[in-house]
Amino acid sequence: MEILFAIAIGILSGSGVWLLLRPRTFQMIVGLALLSYAVNLFIFGMGRLAIGKAPIVAPGAADPALYADPLPQALVLTAIVIGFATTALLLVVLLVARGLTGTDHVDGRESQ
Amino acid sequence: MSPWLQHLPAVPIVVPLLAAAAILFLAERARALRVAVACVSILVQLVAAILLLALTTEAFPDIWSRGVGAYAIGGWQAPFGIVLVIDRLTGLMLILSAVVGLAAFVNSLAYWDRVGPHFHTLLQLLLAGVNGAFLTGDLFNLFVCFEVLLAASYGLLLHGSNAQRVKSGLHYIVVNLVGSLLFLIGVSLIYGVTGTLNMADLPARAAALSHADRSLFDAAVAILGVAFLTKAGCWPLNFWLPGAYAAASAPVAAVFAILTKVGVYALLRLGSLIGSADALAHAEGSALLRPDLFHGGLYYLGIATMGYGIFGTIAAQQLSRLVGYSVILSTGLVLTVMGLDHPPLLAPALFYLVGSVLATAAFFMLVGMTDRARRTPTAREPAPPAIPAGGTPGGYVPFGVRRTPAPHAEDDEVGVAIPGAMVFMGLMFVCCVLLVTGSPPLSGFVAKFALLSAAVHAAAGASWATAAWMLVFMTLAAGLASLVALTRIGMRLFWSVTGRNTPRLRVFEAAPVAILVLLCIALTLAAGPAMQFLEDTAASLRAPRIYIETVLTGEDAP
Repeated sequence: MEILFAIAIGILSGSGVWLLLRPRTFQMIVGLALLSYAVNLFIFGMGRLAIGKAPIVAPGAADPALYADPLPQALVLTAIVIGFATTALLLVVLLVARGLTGTDHVDGRESQ
Repeated sequence: MSPWLQHLPAVPIVVPLLAAAAILFLAERARALRVAVACVSILVQLVAAILLLALTTEAFPDIWSRGVGAYAIGGWQAPFGIVLVIDRLTGLMLILSAVVGLAAFVNSLAYWDRVGPHFHTLLQLLLAGVNGAFLTGDLFNLFVCFEVLLAASYGLLLHGSNAQRVKSGLHYIVVNLVGSLLFLIGVSLIYGVTGTLNMADLPARAAALSHADRSLFDAAVAILGVAFLTKAGCWPLNFWLPGAYAAASAPVAAVFAILTKVGVYALLRLGSLIGSADALAHAEGSALLRPDLFHGGLYYLGIATMGYGIFGTIAAQQLSRLVGYSVILSTGLVLTVMGLDHPPLLAPALFYLVGSVLATAAFFMLVGMTDRARRTPTAREPAPPAIPAGGTPGGYVPFGVRRTPAPHAEDDEVGVAIPGAMVFMGLMFVCCVLLVTGSPPLSGFVAKFALLSAAVHAAAGASWATAAWMLVFMTLAAGLASLVALTRIGMRLFWSVTGRNTPRLRVFEAAPVAILVLLCIALTLAAGPAMQFLEDTAASLRAPRIYIETVLTGEDAP
């Protein structure tokens, strides 16, 4: 499972970086979205992958091996919210730039 | 300590957040009320910052006697809860952000806060983020505070949007988003390896790591470092900086002067703490991290940043871009000094950092005024480029963008216009040039002289003499290059008479510049005590043990 997970993150971040380096604002924002998915999965993976384990410990003495680490899950939620908000803001800026310059090139004009 | 005073560390974060929310609920018409709320909030932050700094010094011997104070939010003990930590460096940076925030706020009252919506809200949020980044004691909250201040800075940069602002704003946002992603990778990797996010808990955990984990940890710290260096404006990650700072409106650029220093602060703080992890690892005979690599890397990056700043300064044609390059120069100098890792150099570098933040903030506001002097009387403000009738190609009208600049009819009612505008501006320009270039007799000179003297003393007979001489050379070259470039632009601005009109300066606009320059003069006059204080600050950075103990045991907490 770890291998599959790592490959997924690798593909996501690879395509994200490639798209980010493209000159069009739309490609750039999709690239950023893919990169942030990759990073969110990475944060999640840092809590060790586990299947069918609860993150909330039941009252009383508990064996930590039976539970998933809740902290990365909390972190990833925060990261998702922040990433979502900044991506939305970037979308608005992208539209304004398109409107003001009349092109979707990141420099506001076509390269020669 | 009184129960009220013990919550003081939370004030610089909570007050601007509440003020930002309150301003949002007030109607746009009730401008006086909005301004009053913002003003009270910034003044409270300033008082709180001064009080916090005083508590960490010997002025109050029974509170935080060792110079570090920890505040556990909600009473949850570190490393499980979230802590805010105050030491001298934090207090100093808090005061700096409040002062710069106040200056930018007053400056914006003259004109800028009315060109677009929500200026005061965004400024308060920015200050909340900056203060939070200085105060926080754990890595993830550092990330959150960075995001808060960045999100607010995106809005502020685009404030009064025109094509130039939107273009450089786009670059700024994308670069910082990528930086934030790197930040997240670094933070989560550190958590995955050490199992903690508390900065004070980190050194002991890192020192106990196995060899394989240790190299993962080093990689995580390196990724985190790249994120901080991007924010600090280190070469080659700083190509966005001059454009963004030049495009921003005057008060926004002024408050941005503190933003790069947040990155520098984070590097200083983490460098101090992780450096102590090396000491621990050495003590246990398992030295794995290469501190020489960390410092060597910082040193070369700092030198390269200064080199880039020097060339940029000479090449810059616009005053605002030139000041942006001087921000880069100051970052480069501090990074170089951090890289040399020589204790006596740190205090002068901090002195230089404080002076350069104040001076560049004043300079950015002055640029806003001189820009007006170069325009024709009819177009007093930077108008967005005319959008062709019928909108842009495709007939699309961008929302949030005004077609015409806000009418400026009530211009003269805002404040008393001060006489002798050109004389005032010329005088302030000379002071700013002296401060930025580090020429006598102002505080920039004191800082650079102390730095050079310490470097020359250290270089005598040391194995790294070449590196120290390189610092001396680059510092002098940076001063010379800025002097040449600024003199050239100053002559064009003040001595060429063609096409100039004398602007009517308003008190709100001019006063912050004068006050910041006066603060720098006060810093020059009080250089002795200030340097003494900064030496204490540098010493506490060299000995992070007190910081760690205070945070983890919670003793000495109020």
